[in-house]
Amino acid sequence: MSTILRPYLYLAGGIALVLVLNLLVGGIGSYDQRIVVNIGINMILAVSLNLVNGFTGQFSLGHAGFMSVGAYASAAFTTMVLPAASDPMSQGLYLIVALLVGGLAAAVAGLLVGVPSLRLKGDYLAIVTLGFGEIIRVILQNVSSLGGALGLANIPRHTTFLWVFIILVFVVFVIERVIRTTYGKGFLAVRDDEIAAEAMGVNTTRYKVVAFVVGAFFAGIAGGLYAHYNSLIKPDDFGFLKSVEIVVMVILGGMGSTYGVIFAAAALTYLPEWLRSFTMFGIKFSDFRMSIYSLVLIVLMLVRPQGLFGGFSFKGRRAAAKKAPIG
Amino acid sequence: MLSVQNLHVSYGAIAALKGISFNVPAGTVVTLIGANGAGKTTTLRTISGLVKASSGNVMFQDTDITNRPSHEIVKRGLCQSPEGRMIFPGLTVRENLMMGAYLRNDRKGIEQDMEYGFSIFPRLKERMKQAGGTLSGGEQQMLAIARALMSKPKLLLLDEPSLGIAPLLVKLIFEKITEINRDLGMTILLVEQNAHMALNVASYAYVLETGEITLEGPAKDLASNEEVQKAYLGM
Repeated sequence: MSTILRPYLYLAGGIALVLVLNLLVGGIGSYDQRIVVNIGINMILAVSLNLVNGFTGQFSLGHAGFMSVGAYASAAFTTMVLPAASDPMSQGLYLIVALLVGGLAAAVAGLLVGVPSLRLKGDYLAIVTLGFGEIIRVILQNVSSLGGALGLANIPRHTTFLWVFIILVFVVFVIERVIRTTYGKGFLAVRDDEIAAEAMGVNTTRYKVVAFVVGAFFAGIAGGLYAHYNSLIKPDDFGFLKSVEIVVMVILGGMGSTYGVIFAAAALTYLPEWLRSFTMFGIKFSDFRMSIYSLVLIVLMLVRPQGLFGGFSFKGRRAAAKKAPIG
Repeated sequence: MLSVQNLHVSYGAIAALKGISFNVPAGTVVTLIGANGAGKTTTLRTISGLVKASSGNVMFQDTDITNRPSHEIVKRGLCQSPEGRMIFPGLTVRENLMMGAYLRNDRKGIEQDMEYGFSIFPRLKERMKQAGGTLSGGEQQMLAIARALMSKPKLLLLDEPSLGIAPLLVKLIFEKITEINRDLGMTILLVEQNAHMALNVASYAYVLETGEITLEGPAKDLASNEEVQKAYLGM
């Protein structure tokens, strides 16, 4: 298979898979559909945060903040600017426009936060991004034209299973493609050793800002999808806990492993829902499902600190090196 | 080719360099020797723009590059193999080398230079697809030098290539430094604690002590200088 065509075949395969699943999803109940759509949105969030935390090695704790900027911007755009859409065609079109508005708003927020704060490293960057998320939340709570603490309601429900997962496929495609180019290796170089990257002529600050802005853009799109699915968004939906949830998905999946992160996003979204109805030895686990959720996280981090799929490609490379002829 | 004049650098209140001056003429190997904390690494990092100078000048090919951003300095043809190797552990050997050529676009020239790197360090070719972090210390040092060469520098800065490497490999690496200088006519500024090895390959040397240059001269003369022998060569 030609190496130039291969990624596009993956892309086509991904889209085909989503189309097939879309037919199946019609057959399941609305409660399960909701879980599936939430999984998809969380996957987009986790994959985009992975670009910042996993590939570029910058610890951001403000992803829910960017998500909320995207959610509010796109929802405001739909409810205040766009006319009402009745047929599925214009609904889809309006959704795309609104998502782009949300994504761009989040990207601008990412730029504004990123440029001054990416000089900071490690814990300090985490604190600044955490602060940003909280600031956004408090601002939203106090802007009455956006609903204040009660939230923004009556957002048209344009988001469907199909849209969420088609967008997920594109996000994965873009990030996986970029990371494989020479340009994309710069992200990994910044993560691996910032001083060495700088000494090689890599403009490390620009890379960090690009990762931050692109990550924020995708988070904004995820926020837009969320807003147009739930019809009601509140500032509290995008609190600190949401940011932590996404970070946990990235860490659990394995920093820098896109597929690991996708898997973790699915598992961690589904687990609390599954525990709701799980009973064993006559005990209903729904009563303390969040404790079990935490317990699972602790055990997993003790057993696999590098994440479920972290170091996976690393081993793959070692195996490839063994197979390669020596000369 | 490189001329440093009255360079001062301080970390907060602590002065690391107290006005040092030296020259690296084109085509030569010049070494800067000194003990721990003398300011050797600071000097190199200031030259390549990783640390900012508080005063003084760094002139490279008659242009003032003092305190320019490091990606600009690399573009001008000055590349550093940093102390403690600092290879990218998560990237393969090949990807590490490609990062060295980050600012270049001539695919053919890049391939040629990679071949040259493999010819002086055949071990790297064997390990081409292996992650950099899985290499031994000596191999990582080879990779760091080869990677710096990938930017096709006019001046190569080597920061303590002997640090933490088996004595046999130290010998090999210094042989290769001579070879690179001879094959490519590469100008090299070598910073070393291992004065014995450094004075062997360099033509001119400076002795750095707590941020000041205390002694300079042709490497051969310094090697036979009594003070240097006592302080740095253990004789």
